[in-house]
Amino acid sequence: MRSLLAPGPILGVFLVLLVLGPQFLPEFHITLLNYIGLYALVALGLVLLTGVGGLTSFGQAAFVGLGAYATAWLTTATNLPAWMGLLANPWGGLVAGMVVTALVALLLGLLTLRLSGHYLPLGTIAWGISLYFLFGNLEFLGGHTGISGIPSLSLAGFELRDGRHYYYLIWLVLLMAVWLTRNLLDSRAGRSIRALKGGVVMAEAMGVDTGRAKLVIFVLAALFACLSGWLYAHLQRFVNPTPFGLHIGIEYLFMAVIGGAAHVWGALVGAAVITILKQWLQDLLPQLFGATGNFEVIAFGLLMIVVLHRARDGLWPWLARWVPEQKSALAGRLREAEPLPRRAVPSGGTRLLEVKDAVKQFGGLLANDRMNLAVSAGEILALIGPNGAGKSTLFNLITGVDPPTSGEVHFLGEAVAGLNSRTIARMGMSRTFQHVRLLAGMTVLENVALGAHMRGRHGVPVAMLHLERGEELRLLAEAARQCERVGLGMHLDDAAGSLPLGKQRIVEIARALAADPCLLLLDEPAAGLRFLEKQALAELLKQLRAEGMGVLLVEHDMEFVMDLADRVVVMEFGKKIAEGLPHEVQIDPAVIEAYLGGVE
Amino acid sequence: MDLQIALLLGQDGIVNGAIYALLSLALVLVFAVTRVIFIPQGEFVAYGALTLASLQAGQAPGTLWLLLGLGVAVTAIDAPHAWRQGSRQLAGLVARQLVYPLVMIGLVFGAAGAAPKDWPLLLQVLLALAVVVPLGPQLYRVAFQPIAEAPVLILLIVAVALHLALVGLGLLFFGAEGSRTPAFSEAAFEVGGLTITGQSLWVVGASAVLIVALYIFFGRSLYGKALRATAINRSGARLMGISTTLAGKLTFLLAAAIGALSGILIAPITTIYYDTGFLVGLKGFVGAIIGGLVSYPVAAAGALLVGLLESFSSFYASAFKEVIVFTLIIPVLVWRSLTSRHVEEEE
Repeated sequence: MRSLLAPGPILGVFLVLLVLGPQFLPEFHITLLNYIGLYALVALGLVLLTGVGGLTSFGQAAFVGLGAYATAWLTTATNLPAWMGLLANPWGGLVAGMVVTALVALLLGLLTLRLSGHYLPLGTIAWGISLYFLFGNLEFLGGHTGISGIPSLSLAGFELRDGRHYYYLIWLVLLMAVWLTRNLLDSRAGRSIRALKGGVVMAEAMGVDTGRAKLVIFVLAALFACLSGWLYAHLQRFVNPTPFGLHIGIEYLFMAVIGGAAHVWGALVGAAVITILKQWLQDLLPQLFGATGNFEVIAFGLLMIVVLHRARDGLWPWLARWVPEQKSALAGRLREAEPLPRRAVPSGGTRLLEVKDAVKQFGGLLANDRMNLAVSAGEILALIGPNGAGKSTLFNLITGVDPPTSGEVHFLGEAVAGLNSRTIARMGMSRTFQHVRLLAGMTVLENVALGAHMRGRHGVPVAMLHLERGEELRLLAEAARQCERVGLGMHLDDAAGSLPLGKQRIVEIARALAADPCLLLLDEPAAGLRFLEKQALAELLKQLRAEGMGVLLVEHDMEFVMDLADRVVVMEFGKKIAEGLPHEVQIDPAVIEAYLGGVE
Repeated sequence: MDLQIALLLGQDGIVNGAIYALLSLALVLVFAVTRVIFIPQGEFVAYGALTLASLQAGQAPGTLWLLLGLGVAVTAIDAPHAWRQGSRQLAGLVARQLVYPLVMIGLVFGAAGAAPKDWPLLLQVLLALAVVVPLGPQLYRVAFQPIAEAPVLILLIVAVALHLALVGLGLLFFGAEGSRTPAFSEAAFEVGGLTITGQSLWVVGASAVLIVALYIFFGRSLYGKALRATAINRSGARLMGISTTLAGKLTFLLAAAIGALSGILIAPITTIYYDTGFLVGLKGFVGAIIGGLVSYPVAAAGALLVGLLESFSSFYASAFKEVIVFTLIIPVLVWRSLTSRHVEEEE
């Protein structure tokens, strides 16, 4: 669909309207826009946390409260100790609020982020309530009456007393936050955050420190909320606990979900919809019901249920389908990038991997019983066996997903049993998954670039300012190169989830290769491939072998295995029953019995 | 603090703890069977208590209209399917969702000869339960059944949204003023200088009876076993012919009954407001989380602990009692995360 609706001009029109707004809008609308801006800032943090990272928080309002109360207290307290004198102004309040919020978020994050899925939101409900009652009961924060007489902000000697002037500050801060967030998401650090939704196991196998990634977005979301609280305190010039309660925290989450939690602009849409709706319903419903009260929550609750039943992705995708997708600015420059440095390749025949007497026990089940195998550089070892033989368990032991109960695993001469998969991946082991684990909504190029994660180094702050474009270009170029190599060159910009399953497996191989491994573990790579695709895959693996890479291959397609593998290990019931050259194991009676049953 | 006060606080804590224990059992049950973290559990507490209070005050409780409204909604959703199933199905649906609410409305407006205000307490309680409890399965049908297979987080957000809507409706139905109902028993006993009221014995006794009843239900009855099977393995249970939809509705029925009964039990002890349920329910939650949302006995013990902690902290630092109770959840969560090894499920 070609249309005049390109993202650039639309953004331009939006910005012009935003700048001109206060010139012709009445006071009431400016106030509304101010609040939309403040709320959108909090919702933006939730987009990062919930929509992108898959974590949910109902307690963001408490962080808004921290930001508001920090500055309110510092700018109004009369008996501050002398050393705090420097902080007794709005800017000091901002710094103090950000520091306190970061520390609180860090602590809460460290305590609750390692909990599985639903415990985190429950935890956020609990501390959301705790902080709310704390604000209301601490005497120096004014108890339930709150703190009044907060000074207004001054910028370069100009006092922002008028809502029209404050409007520009709020929207400037919001747009900066949007810009920073968009930059972050379009970067190496951002990919590692987006990878959280693909599951911890996959992200860790790509070398992503998922615990850290979760903590980073949790703290960032809290800081956005804190900033909104600071702006709120100096706009309102009065704070009390009410706007920082749990119900408001729930409203923030609703904004993100209704706007479209996976999209940066969804935060603005959601904040606008909820704020305007609330204003309208607060006028309408009390008249309708003939009583006063916050009846709008009934409508919000119902709206939310309908949205989650019918349109779980929120409003933004629905709006955005009228606008063509914008390509990354780097896309056109991939060819000029300098290649990334490569790992020193171990010479042919070097022992890469050695598994000695590895045992894995799940309760009474011996999934792996004293397994032994070894893979050398420039060799393809196939691991075969009936379903349930323990092949995937062995993969997990080798890659560090699950530690062995006993036994040893050596990789490049070092004992790796018990190390986490991230560390092992860094040493040069890369893998694919039996059940494809791609990020369906991301492009093929981005998915493959995730594999190159360990070959970049720039972190979140640099990424937010887009100061790492040189490195990012090299990472994307490497990803593009690997895509070309496996024959996905024409699919770079396709969403990974739109490819057929066989091609998705190939994307997984490209992703593994992007890590520049010396040992490649492939879990059923040929499943779902057509004949020609299988041939191409076999050619690729032969080429990798010639380059000195070691390959451990689990596969059920015997023709594929027997043509390709240098050696074959056969497993049954957790034990190795045969090992040798392909034509040897094919005539081994134990193998024939395992596959075809006993010969009477 | 002397022994006298300690005993008094202990008694208070046990009475509240018994209610939290009941609620935590309901929460564990709902989560195990449907994977819904049932935030609106507390609203049933408030609805139960306030519906009874309205009946006693000679007013028509707003929950009556909710019962009818949801009945109409469920009929609208299910009628096409029931129609294809045959006229008996349709008749059953209409009887449950339309006729039943109308009968309740009739009873409240004195169709039985006397207005409920003049009924004996037991009948009033039964009527209040008959109005509030069916809301549970109705809400399951409308809010959760269409997305029964959604991820836990989506179900949680829907639960929170439902909570918000129900609190708003509670305000609409019952107004902002709180209510207290007369005690079930005016008796009081002196034991070693400590006064034990009949009502607190009622609360503890009823909780104990209910817990035992639930134990028997799950251990002995076919439906109880079906629910347990669903909790352990949804698809396995379905293959055995257990309807997960029926299991969901049954669970919500039990949760609503436990909630409403809890509300009715504590309404003579504390004033109940339209939004009281939320905090009460959350305290049950803290207990449920101590049980890891799986273990019934640990959840009940945790809830008792919450009750005791609350009553003692209300003595030492009354302003901070909520802060203390809800902060307790964080070390508990940490302890949970350290003791349970989390393994990522394969798709």
